Amino acid sequence: MKRNENREGIKGMANPGRYGIERVSYWLMRITGLGLLAYLIGHIYETSSILNGKSVWDSMLQLTQTTQGHVILTLVIGMCVFHTVNGIRLMLGHGGIGVGKPTRPDYPYIPNSQNMKNKLCIYASIGVAALAMMYGLSVLFGE
Amino acid sequence: MRESIIMKIHYGTALGAVVLVAVHVLFRITMMSYGDSLQYENVIANYKFVPYAIMLELILVLLSVHGFNGLRVILIELKQGKSYEKAVTYGCLAAMAILIAYGSRTILLTSMGMT
Amino acid sequence: MANTQIAEEQSSSEVSSKTVTLKIAKFNPEHDSGTQFVDFKVQYERWTTVLDAILDVKEHLDHSVAVRYSCRQASCGSCGMKINGRPRLACFTKISELDSDVITVEPMNNYPIVRDLVVDLEGMFDTHKKMKPFIINEDSEITNTKEFLQTPEQIEEYIQFANCIKCGLCNSACPTMATDSSFLGPQALTQAYRYVADNRDKGKNERLKIIDESHGIWRCHFAGSCSQVCPKGVDPAMGIQLLRGYLLGFRK
Repeated sequence: MKRNENREGIKGMANPGRYGIERVSYWLMRITGLGLLAYLIGHIYETSSILNGKSVWDSMLQLTQTTQGHVILTLVIGMCVFHTVNGIRLMLGHGGIGVGKPTRPDYPYIPNSQNMKNKLCIYASIGVAALAMMYGLSVLFGE
Repeated sequence: MRESIIMKIHYGTALGAVVLVAVHVLFRITMMSYGDSLQYENVIANYKFVPYAIMLELILVLLSVHGFNGLRVILIELKQGKSYEKAVTYGCLAAMAILIAYGSRTILLTSMGMT
Repeated sequence: MANTQIAEEQSSSEVSSKTVTLKIAKFNPEHDSGTQFVDFKVQYERWTTVLDAILDVKEHLDHSVAVRYSCRQASCGSCGMKINGRPRLACFTKISELDSDVITVEPMNNYPIVRDLVVDLEGMFDTHKKMKPFIINEDSEITNTKEFLQTPEQIEEYIQFANCIKCGLCNSACPTMATDSSFLGPQALTQAYRYVADNRDKGKNERLKIIDESHGIWRCHFAGSCSQVCPKGVDPAMGIQLLRGYLLGFRK
């Protein structure tokens, strides 16, 4: 008989509340990745309209150059910047860079890998994403 | 293929895409105003500029590989099983190939002036 | 006489029993359909641990509560459970530090429940064994008739990861383990690093091959929850990233 493994499931995996900013960044990385993939597919479909001539391209532009379209594009800018900056942090971390050096642990056992550098990088990626979104808004709505 | 090779490709495509997407975005906002750069004639001129078209093709391949491998990773972590994982892997590969083919068609035909 | 009085006064000022509600998850997979929470009021002092409170309930209020424990000093790794939503050792968690009037204790996630608060750690021990948790070296100390000497720096490379008591808290907190039943888990991967980083060991390539599979090391995304719950300061997240450094060519 297969035993119930009592897995926490998607709810537990996605719950960013209990384990600090690192878990939030894990969750944001996934969400932004999925969002960007959806945008990539949409963008490729959107640009393929150029094959059907100027009128189809212009009507597609009209469809996307709306307030909702600009808001979506601003979100995409934010997702892209966060995914990039946090992705670089993760890539370096995965190579063992910036995760601290092994030592003899002492009570209260603060883990070296959860260091301030990493936390600051996560906050910075959120901050830079917010700035890029503001710049995006100014370009998109500033015309 | 060993998982380490797949993940090295994942990291490599990410780094390549970051550089090329930055150039792609800068093209939209530095050459002329954002609105003008999306005008039909300007976009067609972009596609006909071969180095730019090659760059678009590269971005398409890099992001498709990176995106669909990311999706595969998320999906195989959500559920396990031999047949499910096989379906996810081949499904993602197929979706990636379709997206690359569809995007390449736009780039190729537009850059050859077949619009 | 005066001394006795002072001692009594001191002890009476220290002993100020407060009451807390202990919510214990009760579930027997053999005949229960779901988990039921049973509330108990228990008195506690500043130093009372969650394990003390559970044993108090077991002794005076409900003998049927199933709990596993042994050393009571965070050395054996038996009493891991979810306390107020986070995996912790019951013997290493004081009620006073939780700062709550209600303490909810549940079995750890990502392990099959044996009964109430007891989970089956067999799966974790299996993945631990898969990592070949021993020194692999053709030259034995016996045939060489001399010890393998190590400098303090060489010991520091791995000693942190040798502190693992196999309590399983890291596997319970890991977001990948929450949905991926085939993942090796932070405990096993960290132990792989512990031996790979040991300069007496020659089994690096063997172990790297074992962890380089679709549900191996690459399913770790450096969320760090494992390190945040580790009661011994092992820092599995660091061990895993350093181990991955070998696969990515950052380390030799």
